[in-house]
Amino acid sequence: MANKILLKGNEVMSEAAIQAGCRFFAGYPITPQNEVPEYMSKRMPEVGGVFVQAESELAAINMVFGASATGTRCMTSSSSPGISLKQEGISYIAGAELPCVIANVQRGGPGLGNIRASQGDYFQAVKGGGHGDYHLIVLSPSTLPELYTLTMNAFDWADYYRNPVMILGDGILGQMAEPVEILPYEPILDLPKKDFVLDGCKGRQPRVVKTLVLKPADGLIAHNEHLQAKYKRIESELSLCEEYETADAEIFVSAFGITGRIAKGAVRLAREKGIAVGLIRPITLWPFPKEPFALAAETARQILVVEMNFGQMIEDVQLASKCACPVEFLGKGGGWYPTEEIILEKIESMAASSVSAAKGNK
Amino acid sequence: MATLTRTDVLKEAQTHYCPGCGHGITHRLVAEVINELGIRERTIGTAPVGCAVLMYDYLNCDMIECAHGRPPAVATGIKRMLPDRIVFTYQGDGDLAAIGTAETIHAANRGENITVIFVNNAIYGMTGGQMAPTTLTGMVSTTSQDGRGQHGEGPPLKVCELLSALDGVCYLERTAVSTPKDVNATKRAIKKAFQNQIDGRGFSLVEVLSMCPTDWKMSTAKAVSFVNDEMKKVFQLGVYKDTVS
Amino acid sequence: MKKIHFETHRCKGCGLCVLFCPQKNLRMSEDLNDQGHSYPEEIDPDCCTGCGLCFRMCPDVAIEVHDGDQPVKKAEKTP
Repeated sequence: MANKILLKGNEVMSEAAIQAGCRFFAGYPITPQNEVPEYMSKRMPEVGGVFVQAESELAAINMVFGASATGTRCMTSSSSPGISLKQEGISYIAGAELPCVIANVQRGGPGLGNIRASQGDYFQAVKGGGHGDYHLIVLSPSTLPELYTLTMNAFDWADYYRNPVMILGDGILGQMAEPVEILPYEPILDLPKKDFVLDGCKGRQPRVVKTLVLKPADGLIAHNEHLQAKYKRIESELSLCEEYETADAEIFVSAFGITGRIAKGAVRLAREKGIAVGLIRPITLWPFPKEPFALAAETARQILVVEMNFGQMIEDVQLASKCACPVEFLGKGGGWYPTEEIILEKIESMAASSVSAAKGNK
Repeated sequence: MATLTRTDVLKEAQTHYCPGCGHGITHRLVAEVINELGIRERTIGTAPVGCAVLMYDYLNCDMIECAHGRPPAVATGIKRMLPDRIVFTYQGDGDLAAIGTAETIHAANRGENITVIFVNNAIYGMTGGQMAPTTLTGMVSTTSQDGRGQHGEGPPLKVCELLSALDGVCYLERTAVSTPKDVNATKRAIKKAFQNQIDGRGFSLVEVLSMCPTDWKMSTAKAVSFVNDEMKKVFQLGVYKDTVS
Repeated sequence: MKKIHFETHRCKGCGLCVLFCPQKNLRMSEDLNDQGHSYPEEIDPDCCTGCGLCFRMCPDVAIEVHDGDQPVKKAEKTP
């Protein structure tokens, strides 16, 4: 009998990090992720780790920068406005090629917004956020068991690629509770030795962790080319996506995170009504899983993208499907939540318009 | 007397600092202290954004370059994970007292067992002479062209006085590098600040009044006089807190 | 034996050593080093007391001061 515990998403993510060996957490209170620093404040001392409630979100990311340089598995979390504060630090961590995990439990924006869930930070997470040409590996769970596993994996990918990894959650995932099996940690990769660690230069030459590259004059270009080569490698090796009922689908629904879970239910209902619809749910938002969309584009009549924002992932869907067919959007930001019925209604209307278009063509 | 020469903690590289800049003197003192305490191999330093951004080219120990103002936070992350290593920050007045004020105050308030070397030259050097939190009232800079205080800038910020109100702080001293006597006092203060960390006593900060001839638009001799005659009046030298002695 | 040695190529011509020599025994050279700076010269080597104030004030560690009887040597290697 599996040992399952009923936990909130924020607690699930925290425990997964602890199980994966995270031993430094710095964070700051912000709704709807307060359970993360609260859980860590209790759990870290229990496992001999360190918890610091930092004076701000940007202090927290800089503490993570320091802790990561010591070779420690480390993490910070926040919600949308706090993630904005962290962007400078994230750029530094990416430029210095240090591993860490950053969790964004998204809320409504822009500005102070509200404390309902949203998916308004997709662009920030996937297209940049901080300055410079860098990428985060961005993970998007849609259930709490998936959140648990992806959080554990996040630490492996961070160490393996020497890159920050973001868990892009939202207020619904953070606050909902589901039974989750607390699985022990097992690495999913052969992890390299950390040869960048700053721990005092006894027995070796001193090391410097830095992102300023002034010499030679084209040194920063070379460093960036090195980073770009790494990102190409990650793109070729890491791409996660769930496909549901796509084999014979004519309409493809795409959504990420909690919206993907709701959309899956809508697809199930639509199938019961005989509509040939399938779901493509990206799990890595960067690297974006392009192949399923390229394949879908060969047979799709229409694609529907559902997001809790005003249209962000849709651009990557359009690119990946090479705009081979109409891509429609259903969504709003600011705390709007779809239901299965709302999505089903849209699928039905798209199916109907597709049929009448086909009839009109005869 | 013993030979006075470069220690191995200071690399051979010639610094990029201007003629007469106090950073060169202060770097040398930090290097001498690390040498004399025998801690080079377990020291990790944090470089700021400012004239001292390239400090890792000059000090022969593990170093990390931080975002502007963030060294105390970065140092916290390092020291909490490696409590037996010696972790220091080296920051200018913009880094420590403008953008990094929160990090400075809170690392001090938490009593982080780190050593902070604060070089106060009352100006933003690297970016060409803008007003700093410690620019004196009436002092002209590129962003206080009528002299500080004419357009709502407020008076200069006194870091040692500010931090002395915090219970978490162990040791605060303000010194200078504008005379040989001051240089000797600075070295003693820096040594004490590092020794406090070795002894696990908590947050220590040394504020070092320094010359900036270039951005003050003065000769070296006039810059020395400016520190001695003007800066010392506003930023009084002395021990502001010492829970150890 | 010389008590002070100037690494003149490292000098940036700031003049702090000249300013603070208690014997007023230093002056800036007429010549320039390869960076275009004047550098300090002793006026009368016999006047130097080896007090080390020039070393203490030099921001560029361009001055070495030693006991007149000892040859110039590097500081012992740091651990």
